[in-house]
Amino acid sequence: MAFDKVTRGEKLSTLKLAVVQYAILALILALSAGLWRLQILGAQNFRMLAEQNRIRKVPILAPRGKLFDRENRPVVDNYPSVSCFLVREQNRNVDADLPMIARGLHLDLDQLKATLHHYRQAPGYQPIPIKEDVTADEQAFIEAHRNELPELETIEGERRLYPRDGYASHLIGYVGEVSEEDLNQTRYAAYEPGDVVGKGGVEEMYDQVLRGQDGSRDVIVDSHGREVGFLGIQHAVPGQDLKLTIDNDLQRAAELALGDRNGAVVAMDPRNGEILAMVSRPSFDPNLFAVKIDRGEWNKLITDPDHPLMNKAVQAQLAPGSTFKILMSVAGLQEGVAQNLHVNCAGGWGPYGYFHHCDEKHGAVDIHNAIPYSCDTFYYQLGDKLGIDRISKYATAFGYGQKTGIDLPGEQAGLMPSQRWLMKNYHRRWYPDETLDVSIGQGAVAATPLQLARIIGGIASEGHLVRPHVVAPDQLPAEFRKDLYENLPGSGDAQLPIDPDNWQTITDGMAQVTQPGLFHTAGSAHLEGIDLAGKTGTAQVMSHQALDKTSKGHNTRPNVWFVGVVPRRNPELVIAVLWEHGEFSYYPARLGARIVAAYVEKQRRLQNNLMPVKAPNPPPVEVGAVWTNPNPASGGRGEPATKIQAGKFYVGANGTVAAPPSGAGRSLVASKPGPAAPSAQKSSVQNGTKPSAASTATPQLKSTKPAQPGSESAKLSPQPALPGKPTQVKSQ
Amino acid sequence: MSQMRRFMSFRDFDWMLLGLVGALCVVSVLEIYSATLHTKYVGFHTKQIYWIVGGLIAMFVLSRIDYHKLIDFVPWAYGFFLFALMAVLIPGIGHKALGARRWIKLGPILFQPSEWMKLVMILAVARYFANLGARNLTWKEIGKGFALVGVPMLLILKQPDLGTSLTYVPVLIIGMFLGGINLKQASILIAAGLVLIVGGWSSGKLLKPYQKARLTGFINPDNDPRGAGYQVLQAKIAVGAGGIWGKGAEKGTQTQGAFIPIPHADFIFAAYSEEHGFVGAVFVLLLYFLILMRLIQNAQTAADLPGSLIIMGIVAVLTFQIAVNVGMVIGFMPVTGIPLPLMSYGGSSVLFTFLALGVVMNIRMRRFVN
Repeated sequence: MAFDKVTRGEKLSTLKLAVVQYAILALILALSAGLWRLQILGAQNFRMLAEQNRIRKVPILAPRGKLFDRENRPVVDNYPSVSCFLVREQNRNVDADLPMIARGLHLDLDQLKATLHHYRQAPGYQPIPIKEDVTADEQAFIEAHRNELPELETIEGERRLYPRDGYASHLIGYVGEVSEEDLNQTRYAAYEPGDVVGKGGVEEMYDQVLRGQDGSRDVIVDSHGREVGFLGIQHAVPGQDLKLTIDNDLQRAAELALGDRNGAVVAMDPRNGEILAMVSRPSFDPNLFAVKIDRGEWNKLITDPDHPLMNKAVQAQLAPGSTFKILMSVAGLQEGVAQNLHVNCAGGWGPYGYFHHCDEKHGAVDIHNAIPYSCDTFYYQLGDKLGIDRISKYATAFGYGQKTGIDLPGEQAGLMPSQRWLMKNYHRRWYPDETLDVSIGQGAVAATPLQLARIIGGIASEGHLVRPHVVAPDQLPAEFRKDLYENLPGSGDAQLPIDPDNWQTITDGMAQVTQPGLFHTAGSAHLEGIDLAGKTGTAQVMSHQALDKTSKGHNTRPNVWFVGVVPRRNPELVIAVLWEHGEFSYYPARLGARIVAAYVEKQRRLQNNLMPVKAPNPPPVEVGAVWTNPNPASGGRGEPATKIQAGKFYVGANGTVAAPPSGAGRSLVASKPGPAAPSAQKSSVQNGTKPSAASTATPQLKSTKPAQPGSESAKLSPQPALPGKPTQVKSQ
Repeated sequence: MSQMRRFMSFRDFDWMLLGLVGALCVVSVLEIYSATLHTKYVGFHTKQIYWIVGGLIAMFVLSRIDYHKLIDFVPWAYGFFLFALMAVLIPGIGHKALGARRWIKLGPILFQPSEWMKLVMILAVARYFANLGARNLTWKEIGKGFALVGVPMLLILKQPDLGTSLTYVPVLIIGMFLGGINLKQASILIAAGLVLIVGGWSSGKLLKPYQKARLTGFINPDNDPRGAGYQVLQAKIAVGAGGIWGKGAEKGTQTQGAFIPIPHADFIFAAYSEEHGFVGAVFVLLLYFLILMRLIQNAQTAADLPGSLIIMGIVAVLTFQIAVNVGMVIGFMPVTGIPLPLMSYGGSSVLFTFLALGVVMNIRMRRFVN
């Protein structure tokens, strides 16, 4: 194409260009008018908006649902608390203020920087949490520096208040910030970083119900961080309160009974599966988590070899020991084998070349005294007659090796071996000799305390087994309840009818266990007027041969069990007590007896409408004494080997020894005070301990804490001290 | 040739136009400095100076090439850039950034065909209507004009880049207006345009939801102060808070507090108005007015019809950009991402404006050549 058509010199019409010029003029005037409207007419208004315009979303934290016991007494409460946030939008030069903020709020500067770095991608108006549970003086610091530090914000919220001393801590769980790994899981999809979630126990399992829905306030604040107006509010929906099935009285009795022994206690109503008490030791203080757990505290908790965070009631999988003999009795009687089995116990049995020991030489044993004697020989032979497959069939049906389906996280299934299991996992055949170990609850059998409670409770209830739970389901939203129970695998409720004659035989046998009598394994757990039936168990943690080789330390002692029901048939309470490395199985039986006594006492009191018995608390008696101490300076220089000392101390109602208010120990021999009490010596000296222990209890001991405070123990006292040797009890 | 060169000298450069443009550039660099002072864009004003220097050089170079040669060459350029606009949509070739495929990567340089097409389009439209002799247009000729502008527009809309594609519309309008459209044809086209806009809006296929939100956000920004209306609201607050004299350089709280989005680029007029008030803003508008009037004068004195049409095309694009950008800042217009020529930071915007000015100089210097 070329320019042929174009006449050179041809011009555009001036008129049209003028039109364009005027159009542009009009446009410029219109824009100027717009500027006039904003900058002249609206200046004041817009200047105000510029001052005010920082729109901020202030979260309103929903109060978490409280937890109550079965009688609506509070277990977990909330308390008001102030958190401090940092809003970068408020100040361009936040970094320069950090040292001052760190000093004022008692924060570690490096950690504060790391927190800010973590949130560097977040928009500037998003508040960054830097300090939780601000103290009064820190709050004063924030208020006093409003102008220098406009980036600091405080938010009032509610925080978890847990019972002290780790009371029911494993059952309750704790709360903490949701972790990065959790956020990747689908069940935490709706959560945001920084959200507080339940971890462990009821707090975790029922987090959705307890947490409620956070609200927010859209506010306008001026450049100094003062609120000058607000746009709207979305109210927080408080979390739902939950009623637990536990009974505070019984829980407390269980906590006190177990003391600081490692182990676990489960108390359950076998009629409906309601957990009345659940204790695991060692425990932890959930309040440590409620604010922000110290790294050191956390490391201490997770590296402790005794696993304080583990809920042993549902997570400890240990050999059930002789408690397994109840199930063996059921299998044996239901199969018609045990009725006619008469055994002469001569201290063991070994048909396959290896001799399996029994603890005693029980003589003639049949099914009626096999349970109270806990005669291994009888059960070796019964197990041999039944065979592993029949044992395994019954055990599995009753719930060994299966989760119970309790509404607590992390439940373990335990293990019930069988021929198939061995082939699948170890690729070898089952030797009949192995059945003998299984018959007395050793070998590969493993169970949790909760499993034992459910199984023994079920057997005592004529085969009516229940799904245990810690939160009454009727208070839950229908959909949540459906989801929850569908996601809990477990044997749940089951009916496994036991022949009435067999049922009677077994429960009578269990009742004999706690009756005083020769060979009875838990005679010392006898409670006058209470129909406590049960079974003890001792599970070796090492073989006899290995045990002989090692020095006999604490960790080589056997784990000991007690499972008991009250009353013997159709019980209303079943308890399972585990004491790790507790050595003698009548120890947990006595612990169990205390809990049962507390339960029965309360039931009687309620039935008769009585006031709780106040513990008689007489003032401690002052005792003057003279004793000898070994003299460290002795040795051939003519000094006596021991020193005589005199002093006085107080002896409480249950045998506790307390130091006098002022220093009293005066040495008769002019020398330095006696050596410090041996470390093995406990702060309390109880009845029944050896006199030598009392003699070394010098007045220098400071502790005045009673060993077992509270009405339950007072009711039962005077009780034999646990570590002491009782008189009439035979082993197991 | 020798005679031609005699008439062409830099004395014939439009020094007055250049002076006005220079004044605007100074204002721009100062405001970019102030607006980016406390942001991660700090120091962008020096970059802007480099772009301006580069633009001036390009302007001088372009002014040396006879615009008739440019017009002869324009069909090839049009074809080439049309091809490039198609290529840019192919995922392997087109470089994607900020959710749009607008660039072709040539080594270290990002090449944006739609920016170059703008200048080519001005020349092509001028050539087309000049060839028709600026007499009465038939419907067929109008149709061809629409096709000439519409095809690249649709391709750019596809990237998606609403702002740039809308810039082509005034080129066509001014071409038709000066090219001889009559009142009846114009009325019919306006009516059809209205129907098309309404139809295109409701069909939902032409515009992406975020584009729609941006287009409607300005009407009622208070409805959604944290969302699409946020930028409009903050810009309006900034302008209004400036008052008569402004808060002073580096003292605008909206600008310095980063409440104004991208205060050195698309929203530079808001930042400037906050810090320099009504007086400063009207001063800038006056500069624009004078520049545009000077350009129209050049169009009037151009040697021939294509020359006039080219300058008027440039006038149309600049006017459109000023109207839309300033209109957006003061809440008259939706947010479309169109920069303010000679004020906003940005290499392609600066380069385009100076190249366009180069063509204007070119035409002016040859106004006595006949």
